[in-house]
Amino acid sequence: MSDTPNSPAKGFLSKHAILERSPTLLLVSSLLVVAVGGIVEIAPLFYLEGTIEEVEGVRPYSPLELAGRDIYVREGCYVCHSQMIRPMRDEVERYGHYSLAAESMYDHPFQWGSKRTGPDLARVGGKYSDAWHVDHLTAPRSVVPESVMPGYAYLLDAEVNAEYAADVVATHRIVGVPYTDEMIEVAAADVMAQADPDTDAYDALLERYPGAQIRNFDGAPGVSEMDALIAYLQMLGTTVDFSTFTPAASR
Amino acid sequence: MSSNDKKDIDDVTGTDTTGHSWDGIKELNNPLPRWWLWTFYITIIWGVAYSIAYPAWPLVSAATSGLLGYSTRAEVAQDIALFEDANAEISAQLASADLSTLGENEELARFATSAGGAVFRNNCSQCHGSGAAGAKGYPNLLDDDWLWGGDFENIEYTIRHGIRNEEDWDARYSEMTAFDEILSNEEIDAVVQHVRAISGQEHDAGLAEAGTEVFLNNCAACHGDNGMGNRDLGAPNLTDAIWLYGGSVATLEETVRYARFGVMPPWGERLTDAEIKAVTAYVHQLGGGE
Repeated sequence: MSDTPNSPAKGFLSKHAILERSPTLLLVSSLLVVAVGGIVEIAPLFYLEGTIEEVEGVRPYSPLELAGRDIYVREGCYVCHSQMIRPMRDEVERYGHYSLAAESMYDHPFQWGSKRTGPDLARVGGKYSDAWHVDHLTAPRSVVPESVMPGYAYLLDAEVNAEYAADVVATHRIVGVPYTDEMIEVAAADVMAQADPDTDAYDALLERYPGAQIRNFDGAPGVSEMDALIAYLQMLGTTVDFSTFTPAASR
Repeated sequence: MSSNDKKDIDDVTGTDTTGHSWDGIKELNNPLPRWWLWTFYITIIWGVAYSIAYPAWPLVSAATSGLLGYSTRAEVAQDIALFEDANAEISAQLASADLSTLGENEELARFATSAGGAVFRNNCSQCHGSGAAGAKGYPNLLDDDWLWGGDFENIEYTIRHGIRNEEDWDARYSEMTAFDEILSNEEIDAVVQHVRAISGQEHDAGLAEAGTEVFLNNCAACHGDNGMGNRDLGAPNLTDAIWLYGGSVATLEETVRYARFGVMPPWGERLTDAEIKAVTAYVHQLGGGE
């Protein structure tokens, strides 16, 4: 030992005895030390302007898309499908432009996922026809023989319950999604309208949710859960206009 | 625990002890191995240097960007550019190539087919199958039966604009009539038997005969008097053994009653010109190219 018993370093370092002798003090101090990581890495994300960069086109989900999103969560799609194209060449080449934080800013909770048994779905919107989605969700192996995805044929028979649409939209507003009073008021009607290409609310719906796709997604009468889920899938990754997007140099 | 101010030397080893004692057994206060201690110090220095060199510390409006100017986005852009540059010449050549003379340039043809295969497997295989054999409602691309035409120009147009989609105004479009409320049940039965007859399948001769007139009045405008189809309208040839949805009586009846409306998305916006040419060449060489 080079340190002499009375050196200042030795004196300071031996102070740990104070912590070790008081369990409460040790607990509180450990908590403070562990919190440093969170304070440096997580807390700033809530105030840094660059966390969610501004991009054109991102809008809150329409009530039908929101219903579809709830079905996506209910069925656990996120267990096998991610919605996060990482900034790596292989992912960009396969799935399209890497995901931006802004694209999931209205997701509560986000659906980034952590496992890809199936492909990433962040930009699946518009990639396949509605009929393909119906076929594929009904019986995945009828169109993709190699698939191990389970079938979800019962979505065709389950009607979407629009009764709670307004509550769902209102709840999203509480957690920060900028829905207006009008959007909440007509949410139930919008659920029905988006699945009906002949709806009277066509223009009003588009004004509320620019770029929303309005059609009979499952090709069957009524608004089924299949309609809702396909409406959601067909809009995934389609809102940002990448021709106007310049990536920030350093992120 | 004894006072730290007083050394308590272990008699056997001659080493300082921590002063902790359990049943007379004392804990030796050996120093940490030097190599370990220095490695520990180096990791601290490394951590500080790393946070200076790379983006790290959160400030008021953004985090420090790091002296090296590293960014994952720049890296992926660079990575993509690297491969694009490497393929730039041949891609440009392909984008402006006349595909009908592709066979004359062996290198370009090989590039087009393999690049097209990659594009196909990523984008087209979900509907047309990874082997391009199609599925019910999604055409087989291996045979020489084409709905809208199978030469280079038509294949490229179909890929670029798609079929019956809402996104592209230039998409190929036609709409079969649903005859459920137009024809009587007898007429539908008859025309189904007529289609069975012209496609060379087992049929009820009497009904098929009666169905001829129904066919001429309702179906011939698109499918032709002989049922040979019309590529301008994407109307399938009904006289061969190749079926998009199926040639059984039940399926034919379903088709006549409720019609079919196969949609293909447009790829002009998603794929580059070179990729479209490549996948066109790939599909063309699968077996049915005209």
